[in-house]
Amino acid sequence: MEVELSTVDEIIDRHGLNDKALIPTLLGIQETYHYLPPQALTRVAERMSIPAIRVHQVAEFYKALSLEARGEHIVTVCLGTACHVQGGGRLIDHVARVLHVEPGNTTEDKKFTLEGVNCLGCCNLAPVMTVDGKYYGNMVASKVEKVLDQYRDEEVAVHE
Amino acid sequence: MSETKILKVEELEKLREEILAGRDPDQQRMTVCAGTGCCASGALEVRDALEEAVQAEALDVPVEVKITGCRGFCEEGPLVSIQPEDIFYTRVQPKHAEQIVKKTFAEGEVVKRLLYRDPTTRKRFTYEHEIPFYKEQQRLLLHDSGLIDPTSIEDYLAIGGYQAFIKAVQELEPEEVIEEVKAAGLRGRGGAGFPTGVKWELCRQAEGDVKYVICNADEGDPGAFQDRSIIEANPHSVLEGILIGAHAIGASEGYIYIRHEYPLAVERLRTAVEAAREVGLLGEDILGMGFDFEINIQLGAGAFVCGEETALIASIEGKIGEPVTRPPYPAESGLWGKPTNINNVKTWASVPYIIKRGSDWYAQIGTESSKGTSIFSLVGKVKNTGLVEVPLGITLRSLIEDIGGGSPNGKKLKAVQTGGPSGGCIPEELWDLPVDYESLQEAGSIMGSGGLIVMDERTCMVDLARYFLEFSKFESCGKCSSCREGSKRMYEILDYITRGYGEEGDIELLEELGQAVKQASLCGLGQTIPNPVLTTIRYFRDEYEAHIQDKRCPAGVCKELVTYYIDPENCVGCALCVEPCPTQSITGTKREPYTINTETCINCGICYEVCNVDAVVVE
Repeated sequence: MEVELSTVDEIIDRHGLNDKALIPTLLGIQETYHYLPPQALTRVAERMSIPAIRVHQVAEFYKALSLEARGEHIVTVCLGTACHVQGGGRLIDHVARVLHVEPGNTTEDKKFTLEGVNCLGCCNLAPVMTVDGKYYGNMVASKVEKVLDQYRDEEVAVHE
Repeated sequence: MSETKILKVEELEKLREEILAGRDPDQQRMTVCAGTGCCASGALEVRDALEEAVQAEALDVPVEVKITGCRGFCEEGPLVSIQPEDIFYTRVQPKHAEQIVKKTFAEGEVVKRLLYRDPTTRKRFTYEHEIPFYKEQQRLLLHDSGLIDPTSIEDYLAIGGYQAFIKAVQELEPEEVIEEVKAAGLRGRGGAGFPTGVKWELCRQAEGDVKYVICNADEGDPGAFQDRSIIEANPHSVLEGILIGAHAIGASEGYIYIRHEYPLAVERLRTAVEAAREVGLLGEDILGMGFDFEINIQLGAGAFVCGEETALIASIEGKIGEPVTRPPYPAESGLWGKPTNINNVKTWASVPYIIKRGSDWYAQIGTESSKGTSIFSLVGKVKNTGLVEVPLGITLRSLIEDIGGGSPNGKKLKAVQTGGPSGGCIPEELWDLPVDYESLQEAGSIMGSGGLIVMDERTCMVDLARYFLEFSKFESCGKCSSCREGSKRMYEILDYITRGYGEEGDIELLEELGQAVKQASLCGLGQTIPNPVLTTIRYFRDEYEAHIQDKRCPAGVCKELVTYYIDPENCVGCALCVEPCPTQSITGTKREPYTINTETCINCGICYEVCNVDAVVVE
């Protein structure tokens, strides 16, 4: 997605120029672009009169904020304790094998980003995986391919 | 909803009367649990299907379909309750909607196969309160969750919502409110258990023209979701608690700091704040009582350490979440250097009950030093996972075996982790301990914010310690070298042990390092990081020794130390495991026992997962 400074400005204006608005603003930018583009960070620093180094420091510190571009679909595997004892580790290993990507990274075709998260709070469904926020509970490794195929197929359908 | 802002207490009471007058207590109703757990299992689709079915059936008596917050029995979701009879349907799917409406309402019968069935006794239960999972609980905060629509302030007003707040402001002096909370014996439900009333008093007495109250909803413990559930189910109760606290402390502004990973909770909170503002429960001169209060919702951006109060404050200020030395405590110098009081979601949500029903009533629940009820998320290797509310002082055994129903598959349960990454593992032999702040601490763990993760013989305690250290190492903010480096080195030692490279003396080194990290770290996160390691060494030293001396993982979990094979006695030759194997290591002929090629096997465990006859063995 092209980074339009007007879009960034809109997000900044929505949250205000106060110091406490920095994290919500960055979350807003993250939501729009799935990461924090460098131009956007510079804009935030300028408009909010916060030193660029501090904006960068905050962007690096919080896990929800990413400085690298991410894939079209975000696949998260829960590694909370309940999921861990129910085989979450096995699950993420397998998803990594299926997608040919290490956790924390994006596939070469930029379709999927795989991430491990610490607890999505629906431990009754452990182990849990989400794709773009949709929950897939009681995920055994053997079901992974079928779930991910839906997102691959969907793309084919869209392009056709 | 009234269009105009309510300016006086009497007008709010009038609105409440109108709401109640418009409601028929005998109204036929289906309530669908819409907590994250049930929603993830398709609860909203069930609601839509029920609405359609009601339309299609053209019943004589109108039937209302509504959503409620989490009812706790997540394992059996999506849950549908039929009111006023209180019939309780479990694992409901959209395809059942027609049958539910037809049978229950048109024919007045119960759909038997949707009733909860106890897996051991095979007995079915028609009503919620009969089910063992609910029977042993004392649901106070959670009781209301099942009754009201979390998105409706009318529902909250209908059950007497905001009456406690009005009472606190109109009838009680701030000091009297604090005395009530002190007398009730309420202690911080975030984990440390500091007396809430004392905390409020310190902040009230601190000098400052501006004071803040903060609700800590940065529930980061993996395996805990009770704060999220309360907010999703009954956001107004949290808001009311904050309002009462603000009046007692003398604060005019508050913050709710909530994880962005909880989108549904954030949305419900925003709806609640908006609704409260519309009826005039926020803003200036609230209900004409001369009390001003504003609330802000601030999203956390994914940093576990922000659950620590000074780090949380830094995060609200737009900085990185690094803890600072205390004293000064936030009560003296907190948000923007002003006196600030921080409490956990459950603590705030308990306050309206204390004010409404009195400290005497609250103080009779629980034990001598730990009063009231608390909410736990009961998860892991237990039959009934979900959210439970019990009086403090109940034994762990009762929680796990009576309410949780014990092991789901007959495997031997061996420990429970309380308090998340800051807590510890308590072995089965000690489960007769009462759940209170002191007993858990003596056992080497903490109450924490309420996660209970049950483990069985298939859980490796060394692997679990490694897991928690991996988490803590990642979440350490890096300010103190003891925590930053200590967690990393402890993790490395544990990782080596689980991979078969453990050496004599590793256990002692872990113990020494653990003590050093505990003593030299600044905040609660660093001081408690070693707990999972120290408790697993204390209670499960034999497992560490098996890994180090015999290069063996007794639980069959540590990948490098186990071998998978197929037991020819049990294998029926169904070939179910052949296709899922990522390395094509399983071969054989149909209806004959298959074999695993251990040369190419990568120990991923998928065959173990898919086998229906327990023929895959891991040792």
